[in-house]
Amino acid sequence: MTNVTAERQEKSAVETVSVWIDGQAYDVPKTMPHPVSGEQVGTTMIQACHMHGIDVPYYCYHPKLPVAGNCRMCLVEFGTPALGPDRQPLYNEDGSPQIRKSPRPVIACATPISPGMAIYTQTPEAKQMRESVLEFLLINHPLDCPICDQAGECKLQEYAVDYGKADSRFVEQKVHKPKQVDLGPRIMLDDERCILCSRCIRFTRDIAGDDALGFADRGSYSILTNYPGKPFDNNYTLNTADICPVGALTSKDFRFQMRVWFLKETKSVCTSCGTGCNIMIGSRNDRIYRYTPRENDAVNSCWMCDYGRLNYKWINREDRLREVQQRRDGAPAKTNWSVALKEVAERIESSPSGSIGVVASARLTNEELYLVRRLVQDKDAITDSVPRMGEADHLLVDADKNPNTNGAHATGIAAKKVGADIATIADRIRQGKIKTLLVFGEDVTKHGIEADLLKELDTLVVSDILPNATTERADYLLPGCAHAEKRGTFTNAKGRVQKFMKAIEGPGDARPEWEFLHELVQRKTHDGGSANLPALFNEMAEQVPAFHGLSWGELKDTGAQASL
Amino acid sequence: MPESHPNFEVPSQLEAEIDEVITHYPEKRSASLMVLHALQDHFGFLSKEAIEWAAQKLELQPINLYELVTFYPMFHEEPVGTYILKICRTLSCAVNGAHRLHHHVCERLGLDPNSHASQTTPDGRITVEYAECLASCGTAPVMMCNAAFYENVSNEKADDVIEECGNNGDTETENKEDV
Repeated sequence: MTNVTAERQEKSAVETVSVWIDGQAYDVPKTMPHPVSGEQVGTTMIQACHMHGIDVPYYCYHPKLPVAGNCRMCLVEFGTPALGPDRQPLYNEDGSPQIRKSPRPVIACATPISPGMAIYTQTPEAKQMRESVLEFLLINHPLDCPICDQAGECKLQEYAVDYGKADSRFVEQKVHKPKQVDLGPRIMLDDERCILCSRCIRFTRDIAGDDALGFADRGSYSILTNYPGKPFDNNYTLNTADICPVGALTSKDFRFQMRVWFLKETKSVCTSCGTGCNIMIGSRNDRIYRYTPRENDAVNSCWMCDYGRLNYKWINREDRLREVQQRRDGAPAKTNWSVALKEVAERIESSPSGSIGVVASARLTNEELYLVRRLVQDKDAITDSVPRMGEADHLLVDADKNPNTNGAHATGIAAKKVGADIATIADRIRQGKIKTLLVFGEDVTKHGIEADLLKELDTLVVSDILPNATTERADYLLPGCAHAEKRGTFTNAKGRVQKFMKAIEGPGDARPEWEFLHELVQRKTHDGGSANLPALFNEMAEQVPAFHGLSWGELKDTGAQASL
Repeated sequence: MPESHPNFEVPSQLEAEIDEVITHYPEKRSASLMVLHALQDHFGFLSKEAIEWAAQKLELQPINLYELVTFYPMFHEEPVGTYILKICRTLSCAVNGAHRLHHHVCERLGLDPNSHASQTTPDGRITVEYAECLASCGTAPVMMCNAAFYENVSNEKADDVIEECGNNGDTETENKEDV
């Protein structure tokens, strides 16, 4: 009886079946969720192989897209258990099951597994099939890798190393197709390089929800195309350049700007909205060349929106704030960090309770907002952030354009309704109650504290990245860093705490805000505090209830949930 | 790229026919070819506007129909002549003189005999193009003039067909077994 119960329990849990891959037995789930519908569908051979680290090459298959099965690169051999006349499995002398090998190969991406199935990925036949598929693909494909923008991250190149021939046997004229086809405002197409895998078509139809691409002139002259006169311009088009396995679809922004092998890749998070898509920053010599999405199934899958992807150019702007400044005789003058921080700390320390106002952007990191809180916590200061609400979409874009509103709430900086207390700050400046205003990363003149009102203050301390009407009026101007220039964490709209790493150096004297905030807090409290970012995060996690139980190390690459 | 058709408008009778055809299929999309044929039969070609109209009718994106229109050689994206001569060039016809026949027809009509593309006479009367197998290999070479089918087509026989296109004011040729 117990056996039956156990069996039933096993069945109600994830049902697994055993398959043989290259002679080894593996357990794999019988079904897996469909990448688009989420419905449980039969696990395919390629999924079974990949989940156990067994390589099966492919072009058209993509784990996050519906299967098309057109490239044939994943052909494998397989067999099923041999049955005797009594329909019972037959066994070899060593006790292993006898396998009846299929005379025909199958594509691993579209063939479901069955119990006891044997998959052969490394037989001479399997390798030869890959060589043949590759040879066919290369018949009409240009062999000009040195001038192709995809070089270095091209599946054709990569598999040519594994399965390619040294010489082409093709002596006829290659088919020529359109080049530099303007598919949309951000995407350029080279039809000669296209291997017709249809990943882009499936992505834009099934993920982006814009059925905009298709194959025209099917036959020897097949081309990928948009509908004539209807540009491919949804907010997710650049993902097609990512998933294009070859150099057919390229980003107009990135193409021919930099050879990819020179790019340093840094794990980071997009700051354009509250979603916090995980990204990889590609940089070289302290210049950012591109963002690409980084897989995180809890947040953005493999995708990101075009707006967020291209929203990096401000980081390299020429007019970045790069000097620490102090107003002397009415004019800003250059000073250094030790002088400025000493004086700012003294001014805060000597301010009477209730005389300090703080506007700290919800674009600052959790750690920075935590330090701002600590800096003024015994001063009965009013603090708030600036709200940035906009439009959400059906896929990734969040209505909140601040990347860290939840962090601003968790650390007690933002008002319950973000920005509601800015008016109070303005009133109290007007009434002469607030004499010191600390502004981090916002132009308050655009958000309810007019420029004239700033003149009423005794001390205006401003930290920012780019110049604006508030920075112009600062008594102390502290140049800060973009997220790409520092480490830290944001708490996204769903409460996921995600860390990002430093890709490039900030310009001039600019320093990460958490560094100088740490110094200010230290000067004020005479407490050593946490002098490095991981320690600071862990300290914050102990102090701030929403972050209890989290640690920098355990955030890993994809983050962890805060308890908001 | 499909040509534009200014003032494109589907007459209500045609629209009713198309609506009826769509009901024959479990999914609207399945009616795509029939709808496109109905539009081409009426307008002579499938303009940008016609494709977009059909897409809306079938609740599809225009690209879905554009894929079909560019695949099937019998769909035309630009206006064609009143009469379309389709000369078969698949194997049996090719070895039995399809190219000779095409050459002759083109020369007679003042078209480029070496072109493999669809060509229309300047007066817009006759379009000449190659077709793939018309399914009568035993009587090669064969050709079609609109819906009429011609077998064992000699140059003289082709001349007769062209002659008839010239004289016949009606756009519909009768479906003849032979001339």
